Amino acid sequence: MHAHTDSLISELQERARQIRLDTLDMVYRRQAGHPGGSFSAAEILAALYFHHLKIDPTNPRWPERDRFILSKGHAAAALYAALARRGYFPVEDLAKWGHLDGHLQGHPDRVKTPGVEMSSGFLGHGLSVAVGMALAQRLGGPRYHIYVLMSDGCMQSGVAWEGALAAAKYRCHEVTVIMDYNDVQLDGAAHDIMPLEPLIDKWKAFGFAVLEINGHNLRQVLDALDEALEIHSMPTVILAHTTKGKGVSFMENTALWHGAVPNSEQYAQARAELLGGV
Amino acid sequence: MAEVPQRQAYGMALAEYGDVNPDVVVLDADVSSSTLTKYFADRHPSRFFNLGVTEASMVNVGVGLALSGRIPFVNTFAALLTLRACEQIRTCVAYANANVKLIGGYAGLSDYKDGPTHFAINDVALMRAMPNVVVIAPADNIEAARMVRAIAEHEGPVYMRISRAAVPDVFGPDHQVHIGKGIMLRSGNDVTIIGSGSMMGRCVRAADQLVAEGVSVRLLNIHTLKPLDVDLICQAAEETGALVTAEDHSVIGGLGGAVAEALGRCCPAVLEYVGLQDTFAGTGLDTESLMDAWGLAVQDIVNAARRAMERKARRR
Repeated sequence: MHAHTDSLISELQERARQIRLDTLDMVYRRQAGHPGGSFSAAEILAALYFHHLKIDPTNPRWPERDRFILSKGHAAAALYAALARRGYFPVEDLAKWGHLDGHLQGHPDRVKTPGVEMSSGFLGHGLSVAVGMALAQRLGGPRYHIYVLMSDGCMQSGVAWEGALAAAKYRCHEVTVIMDYNDVQLDGAAHDIMPLEPLIDKWKAFGFAVLEINGHNLRQVLDALDEALEIHSMPTVILAHTTKGKGVSFMENTALWHGAVPNSEQYAQARAELLGGV
Repeated sequence: MAEVPQRQAYGMALAEYGDVNPDVVVLDADVSSSTLTKYFADRHPSRFFNLGVTEASMVNVGVGLALSGRIPFVNTFAALLTLRACEQIRTCVAYANANVKLIGGYAGLSDYKDGPTHFAINDVALMRAMPNVVVIAPADNIEAARMVRAIAEHEGPVYMRISRAAVPDVFGPDHQVHIGKGIMLRSGNDVTIIGSGSMMGRCVRAADQLVAEGVSVRLLNIHTLKPLDVDLICQAAEETGALVTAEDHSVIGGLGGAVAEALGRCCPAVLEYVGLQDTFAGTGLDTESLMDAWGLAVQDIVNAARRAMERKARRR
């Protein structure tokens, strides 16, 4: 593991801010979307797409690319922002999110959007798809790592735990789950709606190595991503504690902003707050 | 009559096809000794994955393999596959247009001893409604075996249902299948019997009986339920004016539904339906008598053909 430079960290902080600004614009323009869970994942997406992933935006289907699956598909706007800013498609396309003549669907669509590895929308699917991608490597061919961004909502679905069983059975060290654990879901706090705790114990019991970080601390995010690559005996989950709506004061930690759209005053304030701080 | 159950023909063909296509991988959900994917597992252990009783996750694992260039055959009982993993099939297979081959063993009433929980009587209806998904029901052992290569070579998602039971031979060893193309087994002008899957042998017997009575019977085998061979069916409707569908499935949404949809577009004609009449069946002591008891007997097809011809006569 190598230390990450201050300049890298500040560059990625700027990328995360851009992802949030793009997301805010997209949600406001389209009058639909999920700002809360997009903002909570901004640093994770920035770290992946602007430093960690082995990818080539000019060749989205490069066989040796790392795979990223957005299991929490409602954070589509943040993913689209990352992909556009990384060069998979023009940034102007973001303005056509949800438009009939655009390629950006409400939730990610692997068929229509360059760079989207897996279609998603309903929660919980990503981990088991990643297991299949890992098993494919056992049969020969290019080597790559598979990243799955899951939410606390994802982990309430049965298929996610089925996928965890399979990942453990096959010791899928090629799979790293990043859990964007903001503890807020559509109807309220996850710990009220359907508690996941003790979550670290559960992941460990399911045969995962668990790394616990602050998901907004880019140094911790990068270090954990590096560390996961060094674990060769089992799959890894990076339990990233995050804040729903991170970066906009009135959105933070509120279930309302899971899927709400700001009015013009709120939009202006959110934009000012995002531009004001790094 | 066939010597071996259709599942066995499928399992053996899959294992053999594994010899020639190294991209084929096989997944099963703890029922490989029932679906008979164990033949593949024995022959190609590194390309076989038993996922246990995790049908939903198993389908997604298949998707991951497909998106990585493999050709996964994902197997379990037809009812479990299409019901438990229905949403995964919708989102991760169909919507993502992943090259996954979904194989439903124990289709229709063929799991006679386990009863209605294990019968797949609406799997075709569910899978037909999935965009991008081809739906196949092979008529006999030859067709089940031939379909392995055909669906592997088809680029895109496929659902195929296989009977647990021995089904009568309809075709000879030289039989070739072409996805999307129905087969006219007998030409005739009074009535058309359209069969699919494990009902095909019974359709042949029903046609023989009617022919012996002097009826000119057209007999079609529809192994591909989607995309349906609309031309073949509409030609039969135009030239015979009376049709019967026969399937080991609910009459709602399966072969009968598909044919009705086609006729509504091209040539409305008299149509009778042999199949489960919107009911659960019961448990039986063997597949043949169970099918007979629940309205899938040869005589039911014959009676339906007579009704169709009577209705046609009244229209004139």
